[in-house]
Amino acid sequence: MVGGGGGDDSSDSSPYPSGEMLLSVRDLRVVFGRNSKHQRQVVAVDEVSFDVDRGQHLGLVGESGSGKSVTSLAVMGLLPRRGVKVSGEVLFAGENLLTASERRMRAVRGRDIAMIFQDPMTSLNPVLTIGTQLEEVIESHRKLDSGAARKKAGELLEMVAMPDAGHRLKDYPHQLSGGMRQRVLIAIALANEPRLIIADEPTTALDVTIQAQVLEILKQVVADTGTALIMITHDLGVVAGLCDSVRVMYQGRVVEAAPRRPLFAEPRHPYTNGLLASVPRLDTPRGEPLTPIPGSPTDVLSWSKGCAFAPRCPNRVDECEQTAPRLEESGARSLRCYNPVEHARRGVSA
Amino acid sequence: MTIPLEPQHATGVPTARDDDEPGVSLWRAAWRRMIRNPAAIAGALIVLAFALVAIFAPLLAPYSEGVQDWRGDVTPSDVPGPRDGNLLGVDRYGADLFSQIIYGARQSLIVGVVSTAGGLAVGALLGIIAGGLGKMADTIVMRIVDIMLSIPSLLLAVSIVAVLGQERKSVMIAIAAAQVPIFARLLRGSMLAQRNADYVLAANSLGLRRRTIVMSHVLPNSLGPTIVQATLNLATAIIEVAALSYLGLGGGDLAEAEWGRMLVAAQDRFDESPQLAFGPGIAILISALGFTLLGEGLRDALDPKGRR
Amino acid sequence: MLRFIVRRLALMVPVLVGLSILLFVWIRKLPGDPARAMLGERATDSAIAQINQVYGFDKPVLQQYFIYTGRLLSGDFGDSTRDGRPVLESFIEQFPGTIELTLAALIIAVVLGVPLGFAAGRRIGGWLDNFVVTGSLLGVATPVFFLAILLKLVFADWLDWLPTSRRQDARVEATHPTNFYVLDGLLTREWDASWDAILHLVLPAVALGTIPLAIIVRITRASVAEVMGEDYVRTAISKGLAPKLVNRRHILRNALLPVVTTIGLQTGLLLSGAVLTESVFEFQGIGGYLFLSISQRDYPVVQGYILFIALIYSMVNLAVDVSYGLIDPRVRVS
Repeated sequence: MVGGGGGDDSSDSSPYPSGEMLLSVRDLRVVFGRNSKHQRQVVAVDEVSFDVDRGQHLGLVGESGSGKSVTSLAVMGLLPRRGVKVSGEVLFAGENLLTASERRMRAVRGRDIAMIFQDPMTSLNPVLTIGTQLEEVIESHRKLDSGAARKKAGELLEMVAMPDAGHRLKDYPHQLSGGMRQRVLIAIALANEPRLIIADEPTTALDVTIQAQVLEILKQVVADTGTALIMITHDLGVVAGLCDSVRVMYQGRVVEAAPRRPLFAEPRHPYTNGLLASVPRLDTPRGEPLTPIPGSPTDVLSWSKGCAFAPRCPNRVDECEQTAPRLEESGARSLRCYNPVEHARRGVSA
Repeated sequence: MTIPLEPQHATGVPTARDDDEPGVSLWRAAWRRMIRNPAAIAGALIVLAFALVAIFAPLLAPYSEGVQDWRGDVTPSDVPGPRDGNLLGVDRYGADLFSQIIYGARQSLIVGVVSTAGGLAVGALLGIIAGGLGKMADTIVMRIVDIMLSIPSLLLAVSIVAVLGQERKSVMIAIAAAQVPIFARLLRGSMLAQRNADYVLAANSLGLRRRTIVMSHVLPNSLGPTIVQATLNLATAIIEVAALSYLGLGGGDLAEAEWGRMLVAAQDRFDESPQLAFGPGIAILISALGFTLLGEGLRDALDPKGRR
Repeated sequence: MLRFIVRRLALMVPVLVGLSILLFVWIRKLPGDPARAMLGERATDSAIAQINQVYGFDKPVLQQYFIYTGRLLSGDFGDSTRDGRPVLESFIEQFPGTIELTLAALIIAVVLGVPLGFAAGRRIGGWLDNFVVTGSLLGVATPVFFLAILLKLVFADWLDWLPTSRRQDARVEATHPTNFYVLDGLLTREWDASWDAILHLVLPAVALGTIPLAIIVRITRASVAEVMGEDYVRTAISKGLAPKLVNRRHILRNALLPVVTTIGLQTGLLLSGAVLTESVFEFQGIGGYLFLSISQRDYPVVQGYILFIALIYSMVNLAVDVSYGLIDPRVRVS
């Protein structure tokens, strides 16, 4: 699903003064557990920084275990308080959400920042009607009477192209298909016109044909309302169609950051390159073997002292196993690699 | 509020635990989990102690069962309490209380084990028939089970003992009967749940006969929950034996010590001699508790999700 | 919804029929001659002949069954061999007492159990949770009659805080239009009588309700813990909803589903426990009467009372199933 959509390639994050960015994440680090006899600490997210400006679409890409979901949960303040340590800064319109009170966070959630979760089957309360689940988020943040709330709920369903929206309000989740449920979740996210929507793999649990539909709706709705979007996914195709800029994560760290076009035209990190190369293309000659990335994301715990990707990296050099590479910026792009992939210059701007 | 997400919800990767090594069988993993559960260990120890006391009663008890040497010391107003030669004093009929309590473990153990085993055998058979032999068998068996379940189990046991006469045998049959529906439902549920499981379909497609599939594949998978249920039912059985004795339906030789009967005898002397009731009562409590703790521990250990 | 209820009622019928058959066979199977079993060893021959005629023991079995069923349906459950009173009559007179006791026990179990279980389930591993788990394990392992004896000894005999036995102090003036002693006092404005009845209910209700309390606490706790890990709770929190709303509408409503189911089962425990508890406290309900009848081999009473109890138990479970359908919309479709 390449091509179309998105904004301006050159409008990727640049060092604006933090107060101006809608969302500014700086050096986020999330650690689970403690070192003890029965468990080892898990560093799920480390040194993660990114900015999202108003109306921008950011893509967070990575396999499972890469820390992309944990990052979004950290932004929303949804991580458990016991056994989890979060450090760094999450500046939303200048306010650090990590130090905000729980009360303040409740005002932010569902109103300024909204989240769409992965599994529509389990993300809705089975004993409440769709209408109730929509109305409650409206009524919690605004002073509307129930009649007005219900009307608004109906409008929201229409916004997400729900067939027969009026009647759907009285239905229960189990009466809806997966695609419809996901649309409800999108409607819930939109309910209070948030400034930022975080979508965590919203289509992964759906059938392929429905995936395209739901993504289209999401794209439409976000464009219509001018909401900023963080799209979390492992599917590069989704990113290509929707996002202005991309962050590629591996084992908790950002390994590459770039605006959309340059990333796809010239991926520099061997992991990004591998991801792109592993997607089967229609124009591949028949009989050619698929090229997956060798190995699998190793156990999140075994942090070697070198680069986390080294064991699977075709570009591995000695330095990679000695010390972990740092994230280096060059222009609009960032890269965490000692030996990036070289591409034959084809006249594409970097 | 405390947000209850567990780390694996967030990362999608299970956090490492020492017992999550690859290639460790379900039973080994369960064993390791049990070892680390203090309540389960306590339960296991209690059960072990209970069994040992019951088996080695003659060696442990200071006096033989039913020996009523001190009958003369018992008066209408006084039952001798703890004193020289009688650790807990004497019971209503002049026997050493401590010894009687020890011997009482035998009754409870025998009746408990036999009736649970019987209930398990019959119940499991019914459950397998219901789950594995098609709709008709299922309906018939389940109706029978429903009928048995329509009477609270204690009263069911009471009815059976009343019919069969007051012997230890009838008590065992009665308590076993009360457990049959529980095991029947358990095995039936297990059979039905696994009928559509992938591995059963795979075995079927390989041409294995139904009996083979049931015996070598489905049953072993049902073993875990069945053991847990049997252990928990043993706790109930012990209490029900005592309850039946309390109702006067105990059966068995009057000379044999039995905790429930001892409780009955202790009732009207409770004021001055509470130890008469406390002794057997606490014995029942601890044994039932032991089996309950053990059963719960087994259940937690066998739970694949490893939820504490 | 209506179809659901009708279908469940229809399912009850074969069960009750089967039960009546069992009980019918049961009385035939009693050791010795049924007539002698009913009248006792020292019955005279003419008495036996009379019984045989009245109950038709000398007729073919199938015919006997129909006579028996006929009697049941017309309300004739036989007479007690101890006091000669019709079984049905005794039952109706004593049942209100047991209802009061069972209700009180159930109220204790639910009103204490659900909040405790909820609090414990929200913070598994916390100090409250450990306390609750330990307590409930002890509760489940304690035999009801032992607990009853204990409570009676400590609170009634030693401390004298509460009455020792029966439903009412004989010295209190009371009239009983409905036989529900607490209610009666309110209806006749004899407040003292009501209060006295309540006091008499406390100890037996606590003894009887302890095991259901323990079970309800454990199930609520487990259920709450499980529900809290569900995705839709996470969704609710991410919407920024107030904690009270999340607790009530999202966590509790789903967590209570298994608890409702278990209340039906608890009723069985309560009814059988009542037999033991009522006898310890000499509480005049069906339990105590049944207890005496069992020990004195009053078989018509035993048979009749067990049939009644089975009927009540089935109806309660039916009510529970129906209310489950009301709470959980997923169930209604089937």
